[in-house]
Amino acid sequence: MTARKLNELQTGERGIIVRITGTGRFRQRLMEMGFVPGTEIWVEKYAPLKDPIEYVLKGYHISLRHEEAERVLVRGAEEEEKED
Amino acid sequence: MAKTLTIALAGNPNSGKTTIFNNLTGGHQKVGNWPGVTVEKKEGTAIHNGYTIRVVDLPGTYSLTAYSQEEIIARNYIIEEKPDLVVDVIDASNLERNLYLASQLIDLGVKLVFTLNMIDVAQARGQIIDHEQLAVLMGVPCIPTVGSKNEGTRELLEAIVRVAEDRESITRHIHIDYGRELEGEITTLQGSIRAAQPSMDEHHARWMGIKLLENDEEVIKAIEKKPRTKAVLDQRKHSTEHLQKILGDDPETLIADRRYGFIHGALTETLRHTRKDRRYLSDRVDTVLTNRLLGFPIFIFFIWAMFQLTFNLGNYPMAWIDAGVGLLAQFVGGLMGEGLLRGLVVDGIISGVGGVAVFLPNIFILFFCIALFEDTGYMARAAFIMDKIMHTLGLHGKSFIPMIMGFGCNVPAIMATRVLESRRDRILTMLINPLISCSGRLPVYVLIAGALFGARAGNVIFSIYLIGIAMAILMGQIFKRTLFRGEIAPFVLELPPYRMPTLRGTVIHMWERGSIFIKKMGGVILVGSIVVWALSSFPQTVDYSRDYEAQKGRIHQEYAVVIQGAEQEQAAALTEERDRKIAEVETLKKKEFQEKSLLGRLGKGIAPVLRPLGFDWRAGVALLTGFVAKEIVVSTFGVLYQVGGEAGEESESLRAAISKNMTPLVGYAFMIFVLAYTPCVATVAVIRRESGSWGWTAFAVGYGIALAWILAFVIYRGGMLLGLG
Repeated sequence: MTARKLNELQTGERGIIVRITGTGRFRQRLMEMGFVPGTEIWVEKYAPLKDPIEYVLKGYHISLRHEEAERVLVRGAEEEEKED
Repeated sequence: MAKTLTIALAGNPNSGKTTIFNNLTGGHQKVGNWPGVTVEKKEGTAIHNGYTIRVVDLPGTYSLTAYSQEEIIARNYIIEEKPDLVVDVIDASNLERNLYLASQLIDLGVKLVFTLNMIDVAQARGQIIDHEQLAVLMGVPCIPTVGSKNEGTRELLEAIVRVAEDRESITRHIHIDYGRELEGEITTLQGSIRAAQPSMDEHHARWMGIKLLENDEEVIKAIEKKPRTKAVLDQRKHSTEHLQKILGDDPETLIADRRYGFIHGALTETLRHTRKDRRYLSDRVDTVLTNRLLGFPIFIFFIWAMFQLTFNLGNYPMAWIDAGVGLLAQFVGGLMGEGLLRGLVVDGIISGVGGVAVFLPNIFILFFCIALFEDTGYMARAAFIMDKIMHTLGLHGKSFIPMIMGFGCNVPAIMATRVLESRRDRILTMLINPLISCSGRLPVYVLIAGALFGARAGNVIFSIYLIGIAMAILMGQIFKRTLFRGEIAPFVLELPPYRMPTLRGTVIHMWERGSIFIKKMGGVILVGSIVVWALSSFPQTVDYSRDYEAQKGRIHQEYAVVIQGAEQEQAAALTEERDRKIAEVETLKKKEFQEKSLLGRLGKGIAPVLRPLGFDWRAGVALLTGFVAKEIVVSTFGVLYQVGGEAGEESESLRAAISKNMTPLVGYAFMIFVLAYTPCVATVAVIRRESGSWGWTAFAVGYGIALAWILAFVIYRGGMLLGLG
């Protein structure tokens, strides 16, 4: 199982959150917003200037900058299905 | 006996909390600020079943950690002010994430009512919620509401009264199960907290235990202050290390994870999706509005429309207010006898405060537009597409609104910094905003550039605007790297679904902000106007170098004889000529008075500082009066160059006088100085108001003057060296 950074996902691609690197306020904020391990997330679209990126998780839309999405590690959604 | 209740309204941003608040209170509300901070505080009253219910609106938050000002305010209010109960407004169409805050409120152990707001949206999206079962699982009554249609308000009020009277059968105190390991440590901490503080009830001690494991700085600080708590803090350290070791992650993460686990468990029993397709109308609208190609043109169109509405539509009521102020001044002036008091009331108070009152229409239209952007959900999208650009300036995507508005007037622009969530972004935006040339500075540019640069005036003025923008970028970069290092707020921005705004909601939203401007600005503007009036009208008696009154008398006499002997037509022409000559003398007298007033002396006093820039004392006085409002620079020049007080920026005689007294190089340096120096008194007042700090206000004023002087010096001296002078 290879973890990828969230900002590497392309438009429409799905992933399952593995963990958030780092510590402190940013990490806690993302956890509260639902970025907990096992959550499915997909890329809705990139902003016209490619940054930030709009994601959908837990049924709502959120946008993160590249430098922030980089700190979220995801694995492929297909792997989840295999495990099921 | 009248029964009263105090309830607090909590909820996520975008959950429709404001609409519920308006429905409960009928829109009658008091708007203020939370003590010591510039976070809006709203309060209103609802009457139900013989109860007078005071409703306190808490800031919208995603959580109750201690990471933001809003969260600390919300939490401290609940803990310290102990409202009778807390109503959590939950967006039913975004249940899972909204229940996170709800789970923290459950931990707090307060009496609760949940509203499942926007239940119609959830239904339209095929989300069927078994709210009765959800209420049983949470131990809290869950009331479905549709805020925009005022549905469910009565049921909500009834639930509030039932819970407050302890008659609600659903209410029970549940413990969110954090799992064996965490629960063990929570119980241990709870025990040691109660050993140190025997009076504390068990729910609150449990909550503190959880917060200690979450590494909550506020709670840790609070405990450190209390006696006999060393054991508690030691236990915290021990528990944290223990959990880290056996579970391999820090307790903060584990707790958040368990909370979502609890929510997930509750929702598998109570939430059903009947639609596979998860693309909604809102998403389709969004593919157009934030489209790669169309996104920017649409955004620019909306901003242009807002600009047009604010400053063009606003011009009509502005003219009426201006005329009204003029009539009022005339009327009051007529009632009072000539003298100091009349000067104070008419020239000081009425024209000073009136000068700011004319901005009211602009401000209200602007706030209406902003409220519309926010209520529809477009604001978040605009921030989304603009963030890349604003981020390079060290700002947040939402900062573009204040920056764009600055071209109109810095006062509403700085008030618009309220859309920013982080204080750092707010202060930074306020500091650089005055460098955006407002409409008040345009008359000055038109006068000077028109007088000195002829056909090239347009390009010259454009270059001043560009220099302003460049300086804003530069200063933004400098401040970001020096004053605001390290505190960068993450751009975690929710993009809520687009919603149809209600006129009532948008108007209330606009009024909330606009009324603060009316109330608070009045005081500062009043004082500022009186001070400048006093400076320009004292000392009362001036030793004139000539006897102007006698001169006027002579003109009268001379003409009296000729006019009497003249034909009717000729007499009219002669009368006109006489009046013109008298007005000339009047202007000369005014000019000498200005020169010898306190303001004139101040102007001469600061002349040595301005001499290196090539400015004479007149420029100094003009700049001083420009502190009240930059456009006053023009009328001051009018007085000082003896062309009459009514001279506008298009006046030929004033332009001629300026081109005699200034070289193009000095004129350019002067315009740059006007661009950058101290914002006008209204802007200063609003910076003080919005930053809540005299320190930052002083800094904004100080760096503006310093920057203006340096820029003007570089331009003037540099130009001289290049032989442009």
